[in-house]
Amino acid sequence: MAKFTLPANSVVKPGLKYAAPDGAKRVRQVTVYRYDPDTGENPRTDTYAVDMDTCGPMVLDALTKIKNETDAGLTFRRSCREGICGSCAMNIDGTNTLACTKALDDIKGDIRIFPLPHMPIVKDLVPDLTNFYAQHASIEPWIKTATATPPDRERLQSKGERGVLDGLYECIMCACCSTSCPSYWWNSDRYLGPAALLAAYRWIADSRDEATGERLDELQDPFKLYRCHTIMNCTKACPKSLNPAKAIAEIKKLLVQRRG
Amino acid sequence: MAYEDERPLSPHLQVYRLPLTAVVSIIHRLTGLVIVLGAVLLIVVLFSVAAGPQSYATAQAALDSWIGRLLLIGLTLALYFHLCNGVRHLFWDIGYGFELETVDRTALATAVGALVLTSATWLLALL
Repeated sequence: MAKFTLPANSVVKPGLKYAAPDGAKRVRQVTVYRYDPDTGENPRTDTYAVDMDTCGPMVLDALTKIKNETDAGLTFRRSCREGICGSCAMNIDGTNTLACTKALDDIKGDIRIFPLPHMPIVKDLVPDLTNFYAQHASIEPWIKTATATPPDRERLQSKGERGVLDGLYECIMCACCSTSCPSYWWNSDRYLGPAALLAAYRWIADSRDEATGERLDELQDPFKLYRCHTIMNCTKACPKSLNPAKAIAEIKKLLVQRRG
Repeated sequence: MAYEDERPLSPHLQVYRLPLTAVVSIIHRLTGLVIVLGAVLLIVVLFSVAAGPQSYATAQAALDSWIGRLLLIGLTLALYFHLCNGVRHLFWDIGYGFELETVDRTALATAVGALVLTSATWLLALL
């Protein structure tokens, strides 16, 4: 059952305020969700005044600057800083996206940064993604075949067959989509969520895969697949401009079609 | 696991800026509920018919009052909204209309369609 409020230990309290350095002319307020597992205190929001004249253009640049210059304890995941690793997924200005590809200039007013929504928080902006990864593993994201591999070549695809996978294979598993989905918020224990379902469809749609029937059997479930109500938050949030909602609709269609 | 239970849950509805499509989705659910309650109202009216002219006159007077009118107009609006958005869902079910521009446009069309159909229905009924 959906619980719309936060548990008592998760209610966010007001936190600390850090002033801008002397002489800073172009200052913006960056509010960041903080949680320290060592103190056992409730999460809080700290606000940092950041000098934009000495800050890079992206939200990740602001976070890095804060960590380097103001508060070394601030914790977040990041790696590639160019939108291909998916590590710095977080809720920025009310929407899930990658901190490294979100420009500060695209945000009006103060910059508000929270971790991915409705997730157990390890520290600050770092959510526990164990369940998310387990769901990805559960759809068995690898090619499955029954026939023998051709002895003299790879399993080939036509250009058209390969083209079907465009918009499906590019997922970087940042979890922006799944954690933007209210259905996933309320049912993440049983609903697979848009990311895992997009991956499932990527293998269902692959002309070389020979386990389509089994894959559809696995998904024919009131919760795993059918908690999707086409709310569209997933597609709106995807920083790679993929369309998980459409992939889910294609799976639903295949399930109807095979009933004959 | 105890350790994980101690971890706080990150804010969700508290911080998420729901897009238009999500708002329409919520309204779709609420209007579905309203329609069911409207069906109960219809049954009450039918009961009053079965019970004779006097009780029907009472029911009619109640629905003709301004509060009854407001209720019926609200019910019509809910019905049309749910109908229009239902058609939108039918297109989705056959795999059409998932582009980001399209979902926003059809969300608006649903709202406008519901308002226009409701106004037309009541203009016809009252004129």
